[in-house]
Amino acid sequence: MRHNTFRGGVHPAAMKELSCNKPITYHRAKGEMVFPLSQHIGKPAVPVVKKNDPVLAGQIIARADGFVSANIISSCSGKVAAIEPRLTSSGLMAPCIVIDNDGEYTMKEGIGVETDCAKLTSAQILEKIQAAGVVGLGGAGFPTHVKLMPKNPDDIDYIIANGAECEPYITCDDRLMQEQPGWVVGGLRVVLQLFPHARAVIAIENNKPQAIESMRKAIANEQRMEVMVLKTKFPQGGERNLVHAVTGRKMASTDLPANLGCIVDNVTTLAAIYHAVCLNEPLMEKGFTVTGDAVAEPGNFLVKIGTSFAEILEAAGGIKGDLKKLIIGGPMMGVAATDLNVPICKAYNALICLSEDPVELAEEQMTACIRCGRCTRVCPVGLTPQAMAVAAEKKDFARYEKIHGLDCLACGSCTYICPAKRPLTQLFKQTKQMILSRRKR
Amino acid sequence: MSIIIATTIVLAVVGLLIGLLLVSANEKFKVEVDPREEAVRECLPGNNCGGCGMAGCDALAAAIVKGEAPVNGCPVGGEKVAAQISKIMGVEAESTGKHVAFVKCAGTCEDAPRKCNYIGIQTCEAAAIIPGKSIKSCQYGCLGFGSCVKACQFDAIHIVNGIAEVDRTKCYGCGACVATCPQHLIEIVPDNSVYAVRCSNHDKGATVRKECASGCFGCGVCVKQCEHEAITVVGNLAHIDGDKCVGCGKCAGKCPAKIIRVR
Repeated sequence: MRHNTFRGGVHPAAMKELSCNKPITYHRAKGEMVFPLSQHIGKPAVPVVKKNDPVLAGQIIARADGFVSANIISSCSGKVAAIEPRLTSSGLMAPCIVIDNDGEYTMKEGIGVETDCAKLTSAQILEKIQAAGVVGLGGAGFPTHVKLMPKNPDDIDYIIANGAECEPYITCDDRLMQEQPGWVVGGLRVVLQLFPHARAVIAIENNKPQAIESMRKAIANEQRMEVMVLKTKFPQGGERNLVHAVTGRKMASTDLPANLGCIVDNVTTLAAIYHAVCLNEPLMEKGFTVTGDAVAEPGNFLVKIGTSFAEILEAAGGIKGDLKKLIIGGPMMGVAATDLNVPICKAYNALICLSEDPVELAEEQMTACIRCGRCTRVCPVGLTPQAMAVAAEKKDFARYEKIHGLDCLACGSCTYICPAKRPLTQLFKQTKQMILSRRKR
Repeated sequence: MSIIIATTIVLAVVGLLIGLLLVSANEKFKVEVDPREEAVRECLPGNNCGGCGMAGCDALAAAIVKGEAPVNGCPVGGEKVAAQISKIMGVEAESTGKHVAFVKCAGTCEDAPRKCNYIGIQTCEAAAIIPGKSIKSCQYGCLGFGSCVKACQFDAIHIVNGIAEVDRTKCYGCGACVATCPQHLIEIVPDNSVYAVRCSNHDKGATVRKECASGCFGCGVCVKQCEHEAITVVGNLAHIDGDKCVGCGKCAGKCPAKIIRVR
């Protein structure tokens, strides 16, 4: 059977078997919880609590500063220990609210009370989503209420639930769809209510047959929803690729999905929307995978936001054997970590511990470019990484921009496929940063 | 035989006509070049380093003659070249003194340990975008991959024990290294200034101490020592104004981190 897909892409080893059969475990963190003020795209939130203030789980501890920003919600009860710069996963110090967790998880009143979303108006729904601090949980962290307010709501004809989970190793979305399909469907129902002309498509790669089965069952009685099976290919879950695979519409680099009548939300985000609107439960926890061959018991967790990576790694049995590399996020687009005493933010979904560093192996084998053109064939954006690399190495920024180097998503497909093992993606990230910083000056 | 003669005549006539055309074109479309421009160009070093901010020595010569650049516009040539050019231009050159590059970091391999095993593109620009912005414990410090070394045309800057060191005798203060450093650590300072703070860490004192053994934690002891108000502490970091500093060295003696050093 032919499945929908996009042009280009690569097929890295999925490695999902490590954790795909492990049910989601509910993890309650102990001790200190750290909440960075900037866990989303947009302006950092402004703290509304002071040192020594008592807080309850579900309470807003920092308010959104402006429209493109998001509330930060305490995921535990306790006392504010400090508001100070702390090390975050970016490797830099960033302002954070530190809460001394009493381990009781006393909830703020009204959380978990069911509300019939059909009785709410659009404005009320959006207000609830905004108050709950929901942001794109697939990795980008873009405030969801902003995404759900496109210029022309009537033009939206597709709501795409992104269940592709194309990054190797990560399995938390897969498990969520298997175990709690109702949350995703509930979230979709809310979003469909906002867009009366739209229909929902739940897009899942064909390497997750159980999730497909489970979602199909869950939407059996839904008129406006369907499950679409996509070909397993990286980066299938990229917004542009997903829109193209599902609708056949091509997005230009300046386009937002809303310009093409689409709203793309990760399944975890939809689950958070369901909790926020129907259960009055703000964003306090999210699915998280701890995996890799250096982890004792790889698994999937429902983790409280603000828990430290070190603690969740301990919950997964800790490290076994040699540890060579830690990656926050997926192996293709994630970042290497140097310190695990940093908090899990809204947009993180995995910690990967490897006993071997693939980058080190690649570097040993690096040779000059052999001009085979494979990078061009796999680039999901349709760029020519080989030509971009030449321009980047010469620091010919004008040429780099002319061949659309700034449209690079840094998905890593070119680096993955390169037989000469050249560090293309790093070069492109660096060049993009240099060009943008020069423009600012 | 007649063919040979005919060919010679035709060629000679054509050659003569083209020659006349070229002579008249040369007269008619002549571009007036200021003779001073060539003279100025002769004085300039000719490295085309771009330290003056122009595209090269030719561009600077043209700018000087047009009056768009000062006669001492060439940082590499220094006073000697400025004097020669001012003679050609017939103006008085302001004495600016020699300037040199100065690296505001003393975090050697021992003082600022590496926090990760970095593998990837071995340039400062690439290492500066990794999470934490540095391979060392301090995010502000010298990365030690030598982008400045590559940028220097005078072999005046080298990586010694993990940080860039400037050879003052070779440095002309052209500023090529300043432009290339992704950490913005290099500053052009007057050559006669003696003491300087070799640190760029703006973090709070306690953090700096954890990160680097030779980091300024902004204690302000040096400010109290200075009798000439040359030192200020801004954002937890001391800075010595080279123009006010008289080189007494009192600050260096008292600095607990020992990072006020003779350059």
